[in-house]
Amino acid sequence: MSSPIVLLALVGVLYTAGVYLLLERSLTRVLLGVLVLGNATNVLVIVAGGPTGAAPLVGRAPEETMSDALVQALVLTAIVITLGVSAFLLALIHRAWTLDREDDLTEDAEDRSVRRRLARGEQEDEEELDTTGCETVGDTDPEDTETGPDPVRAAAGATGEDAP
Amino acid sequence: MNPGSSLLATLIPLPALLPLLGAGLTLVLSRRPMLQRAVSVAVLSVVVVIAALLLVAAVESGPVVVTVGSWPVPLGITLVVDPLSALMLLTSMTVTLAVLVYAIGQGVYDRDEDTPITIFHPTYLVLAAGVANAFLSGDLFNLYVGFEVLLMASYVLLTLGGSRSRVRAGIIYVVVNVVSSLVFLVGIALVYAAVGTLNLAQISTRMEQVPPGTALAIHLVLLTAFGIKAAVFPLSAWLPDSYPTAAAPVTAVFAGLLTKVGVYSIIRTETLLFPDSEVTRTVLLVAAGLTMLVGALGAIAQADIKRILSFTLVSHIGYMIFGIALATPLGVAGAVFYVVHHITVQATLFCVVGLIEGVGGSTSVTRLGGLAKASPLLAVLWFIPAVNLGGIPPLSGFIGKLALVQAGVVDGSALAWTLVVVSVLTSLLTLYAVTKVWVLAFWRPADQIPVSEEPDQDEDEEADEGDEDVPDGRERTTGGLPGAPTPRSGVLTQVRPGTARTIARAEANSGAEVDWPVARLAPADSTPALSGRFLGAAGDTVSSRLPRVMTAATAALVVLGLSLTVAAGPLYAVADQASDDLVARTPYIQAVFAQAVDDRVAR
Repeated sequence: MSSPIVLLALVGVLYTAGVYLLLERSLTRVLLGVLVLGNATNVLVIVAGGPTGAAPLVGRAPEETMSDALVQALVLTAIVITLGVSAFLLALIHRAWTLDREDDLTEDAEDRSVRRRLARGEQEDEEELDTTGCETVGDTDPEDTETGPDPVRAAAGATGEDAP
Repeated sequence: MNPGSSLLATLIPLPALLPLLGAGLTLVLSRRPMLQRAVSVAVLSVVVVIAALLLVAAVESGPVVVTVGSWPVPLGITLVVDPLSALMLLTSMTVTLAVLVYAIGQGVYDRDEDTPITIFHPTYLVLAAGVANAFLSGDLFNLYVGFEVLLMASYVLLTLGGSRSRVRAGIIYVVVNVVSSLVFLVGIALVYAAVGTLNLAQISTRMEQVPPGTALAIHLVLLTAFGIKAAVFPLSAWLPDSYPTAAAPVTAVFAGLLTKVGVYSIIRTETLLFPDSEVTRTVLLVAAGLTMLVGALGAIAQADIKRILSFTLVSHIGYMIFGIALATPLGVAGAVFYVVHHITVQATLFCVVGLIEGVGGSTSVTRLGGLAKASPLLAVLWFIPAVNLGGIPPLSGFIGKLALVQAGVVDGSALAWTLVVVSVLTSLLTLYAVTKVWVLAFWRPADQIPVSEEPDQDEDEEADEGDEDVPDGRERTTGGLPGAPTPRSGVLTQVRPGTARTIARAEANSGAEVDWPVARLAPADSTPALSGRFLGAAGDTVSSRLPRVMTAATAALVVLGLSLTVAAGPLYAVADQASDDLVARTPYIQAVFAQAVDDRVAR
């Protein structure tokens, strides 16, 4: 019995590629990364089943020479699950595309506000938070939070916050 | 095997099976909303009853095991009900049922019978099935399948309506969870390569022969996978990002259940598969402390109530991990009790936020005020679970924290003492976060709400979309905040009346998005029915404007949380027994292998 070095190498290469793709900003590449990682994992599960052998059908081969049927069943399940998830992810990406005509993941409104807050100092804190809660206008239009703070409102927000 | 236990054994698969069948049925009934609702409620009620029976059986006579399809034990899939899984099942299904009623109430109240949200009920039931399957599974791969079932359903629920913010959050959520599932699958592959089985009981006996280094590697891989799902600190960033965007009932059930399934898996693997692991003990303790602190600090920094609660959710996962990491009967019992408490209280709070959104028109504390005056009932509904979460003495949150602190003190190591300090500090910080909401949103007079500027042009467009029939005079009475400055409505209430907070459309998060098919499918004349009756109903007092069914469901959850306090004695006895069984390991393993003997005898 030889250790399945080729398959293990393949798993390594696929993981490398998959992680690289997953870290991209483009959503399509993220999807590809998910697919590659899924396949890498499937191969790994197959390798975990031990050495290859005859098809696991009773009567075709002596039982000792059969390969492990369980891992194949597991991988089949995993493939189906990955397929379903990929289809859903693809649908989400398509939806994101129809909304924004952009393949990149739009930035979190919260992240944006944190960055702007850092750049501007702490003064406009409360106003920023005010527009970036989850039911805000912030994600209706990415630009509208860029309009800058209204000093009166910011000040009022700050006083309100200081109440406790 | 006596007839009673075999009858029980036939009950075991039902919590997973019934919701799946119900999901199919509700999908068929998608044109009959009333029947659909009746089926969902009936199915989940039956599951709650079954879970209660299973809990009684498991507490009285030890773990109950069934082998699916009567395959002999190491080969077939086993479902195991021990006190831990039965307790988790009962708690989670009760909360699921209450939140379902809440969701139905929201649907009825917003009059969205005409909008096609037929997918909600089937998906919700699939989610319940996945959760039940995960809790009952006695097999690592079946646990994976349970996770995938519930995650798949959660993907759909999170992105209901497909608004911009939800799609964005949904993509992150899906990718993170897919990756965590893949890590879990890697863990399964490693376990199988090392011990040649996936049956949890069999793994636990065979894992002792595995070299410590290999075992540690496998352990850490599994821990990483579950850590992502449970949102333990370095792996928790996805949660506050994605949960707040969903509809209120969806967030409630997610917050209650999904992370807890991860916590449950951690409890199971830590106690059953890898007891006495010094390395992971340290890792888990440090992670628990950081989870508590970072979560609590995050909660303080937020202004949106949903985000505050999401961060406290992360923060309090730390308590459970603390108890698990101690790995003493005392610690695990504390963790088990805390899970039960936290499922209930967190779901309750998110339900209350849904009500706040309805009365106040916002979930941001910078825009809310005077709620206590506007709706005293709502104030009570918020106050009780909030102080419960903060750990004010008579309530169950205090009991859980006390138990964990006690376990930490008994443990006595330096790290455990640090964790005790951190957990007390976190409790205070949580209290600060929820009190901030209380002071700003409930106690602050409405006329002190910061006045907002003119509405953006963007919102004018949205307002034009469906607001023609809402005169300004009515606008002014909206929000349930008498005395609130009118310009306040410039930002929010002009958006809201036109965009009903239905589950399907649920555009509250994004402003109106009219290009979505759901919106187009809504009948053209439906604007009055869909326009926020929450906000628009004239004449009544605000408290009577609280939708009855939603309020009743929330109140039921609050009462459930209180009953955890009243029944803390018996409940803690169950938690103790569960944790004794877990730490001893033998009851679980013996029960599974006894089943194997039974099967052989039967043959």
